[in-house]
Amino acid sequence: MSTDMPIWDQRTETLDRDALRQLQLERLQASLFRAYRNVAFYRKRFDALGLAPEDVETLEEVPTLPFTTKDDLRSGYPYDMLAVPLREVVRLQSASYARPTVCAFTRNDLRHWNELAARLLSAGGVTRDDVVQIFFGQSTLVWSLSFHGGAERLGASVIPTPPVDIAQQLALMQDFKSTALVGTASEAIYLAAVVAEKKLDPRRLSVRVGLFGAEPWSETMRAHLEGTLGITALDVYGIAELGGPGIAGECPVKQGLHLAEDHFFVEIIDPASGKALPEGEEGEIVLTTLTKEALPLLRFRTCDLGRLDAAPCACGRTHARLSRITRRTDGSFIVQGRKLHPAQLEAILAEVEGARPNFRIILDRKVGVEEIELLVEFLPGLSTDTPGTVLAAEDRIVQRVAGATGLTPRVRLVESATLERLAGDAAGAVIDKRT
Amino acid sequence: MLRLTSVVTNYGRTTALHGVSLHVRPGEIVALVGANGAGKTTVLNTISGITPAAKGQVQYGEKDLARMSADRIVRLGISHVPEGRQLFAPLSVKDNLLLGSYTLRRAEKQAHQQEDLQRIYALFPILQERSAQRAGTLSGGEQQMLAIGRALMARPTLLLLDEPSMGLAPRVMAEIFTTIAELRTHGLTVLLVEQNARWALNIADRGYVLETGSIVLDGSAEALLENREVQRAYLGKGYREVWE
Repeated sequence: MSTDMPIWDQRTETLDRDALRQLQLERLQASLFRAYRNVAFYRKRFDALGLAPEDVETLEEVPTLPFTTKDDLRSGYPYDMLAVPLREVVRLQSASYARPTVCAFTRNDLRHWNELAARLLSAGGVTRDDVVQIFFGQSTLVWSLSFHGGAERLGASVIPTPPVDIAQQLALMQDFKSTALVGTASEAIYLAAVVAEKKLDPRRLSVRVGLFGAEPWSETMRAHLEGTLGITALDVYGIAELGGPGIAGECPVKQGLHLAEDHFFVEIIDPASGKALPEGEEGEIVLTTLTKEALPLLRFRTCDLGRLDAAPCACGRTHARLSRITRRTDGSFIVQGRKLHPAQLEAILAEVEGARPNFRIILDRKVGVEEIELLVEFLPGLSTDTPGTVLAAEDRIVQRVAGATGLTPRVRLVESATLERLAGDAAGAVIDKRT
Repeated sequence: MLRLTSVVTNYGRTTALHGVSLHVRPGEIVALVGANGAGKTTVLNTISGITPAAKGQVQYGEKDLARMSADRIVRLGISHVPEGRQLFAPLSVKDNLLLGSYTLRRAEKQAHQQEDLQRIYALFPILQERSAQRAGTLSGGEQQMLAIGRALMARPTLLLLDEPSMGLAPRVMAEIFTTIAELRTHGLTVLLVEQNARWALNIADRGYVLETGSIVLDGSAEALLENREVQRAYLGKGYREVWE
């Protein structure tokens, strides 16, 4: 399939691979220099390995550099990883509230970020003539912000919406004749259900394209959304530690997500050994920022599993494509736009019940809305004689989980020894029924 | 068109460039800014073969310049206007210009020299007025024009300009920079080294910031002009502060 759709940054997005690699090397070397000079964390790591920034003479030498992990970001929170003085930072974003990390932007970083979001929208065929409705939930505010900036950069008419209910979203969509939707796929599925319930003819809606991200979603969901809403549904990939979306997104060919290689250097590694994998094999995605000024990240381990394909794409873009991401290396999962690790929930349950319980996390999707349910075994010490005690215990768990994660799970206490013992760690407790 | 990859250049035992990578595309004006002693001139000297690279690649189209002599590099279409102009002071303006075509083949020279001379007089009318005058008697601005004019006589495709603003009054500087910006319309590509970052970035498409022999930033000229670190360090806005 070839597309005659214009490409937002024609020159950069179709740069031949050789020139692209030169650009990557130039930017990598400058980034290494700034990171080494301005961030004590990186300087210590480099010095410990006897490395100097100028030792990296080719992109093939990137694997000699140390990794940066989420834990490094947590211990550097909030300001230790900054490579510029704070007053040059124009935006600070906290990613995940339980064990927070920070993402910071200089004016120039923000300019790049908006450009990248504009690229994603443009790849979906969004132009200045479109009305873009953004409806991410509260927990994915940074996604809203990024796409808002991108849509403004494109010159489209943008409707930022607060996290109002879906019926109100639909009303706005009809009133403003929105042509492009940007949000999570689950909300869009819910929207489609409301359209069906109200017996609205989807052809009477003006919307023709949807960009969905902030959570993994499947080809089944794509087929459903495209069929029921009559749109082209495209996937976008981002990670909170890098600011949200803008990293990669699909073009209408739908054969993978073009990674913004002029701003990120990507590696696919074996998560266990840390060694590079041959192109095309699935492994952990490792990203190095090439232009970030405020908070450069070197070889950041995303914990997301994906494949890379650098073959030319029918759309004309030369930037390599990432496969759609559905799995993670660390057992964490994303629900309602929030990333959680089973161990976090296990710790909360242990606190409430006074000991480590046997439990399960069930993830499901009902009419597009993601649900999280906790099945927790009674501990022998807990009195089950009165229903009130059980209800109160369930309620305590709901409150505690909501307070710590912002999610409201359904909680069911079950008789002890009704759930199978977990073979490994808490990661095995997740039962994902979402399709 | 021009591509440097991890270039290391030494002056005796001192390393002046620690792995510099940069590129210039056809028709671009690229500015290389940085403080005194950052290695800007060394980058130009490395490209033109005056101080060859000890390590790394200098590619010009398909050719590798790193192991080529300076005169062969000029013949490939790269002209270098050195810092301080380096004119032949006792010679006339016209003779200085004619010497610029010294590397051209005889037939080529005969065919183009007069036409080229007229082209340069059109670009810098003052040089025609002073064509018989000795170069040493010209003002600083006129000398700079002559130095650029002489480089153009070699019919280059890439012009390396080293500190064209040096020692010039602002009004003269404006004239020189306007002319440099115009050179692009004559099909020239320019790599411009300047301490005066604002002037350079105002006419450039892109820029690189060099610091103690390493590139620390790259970007569109517009983005670099807005960059606070560049502003403090090279545009003279306030003082650089230590924040660690």
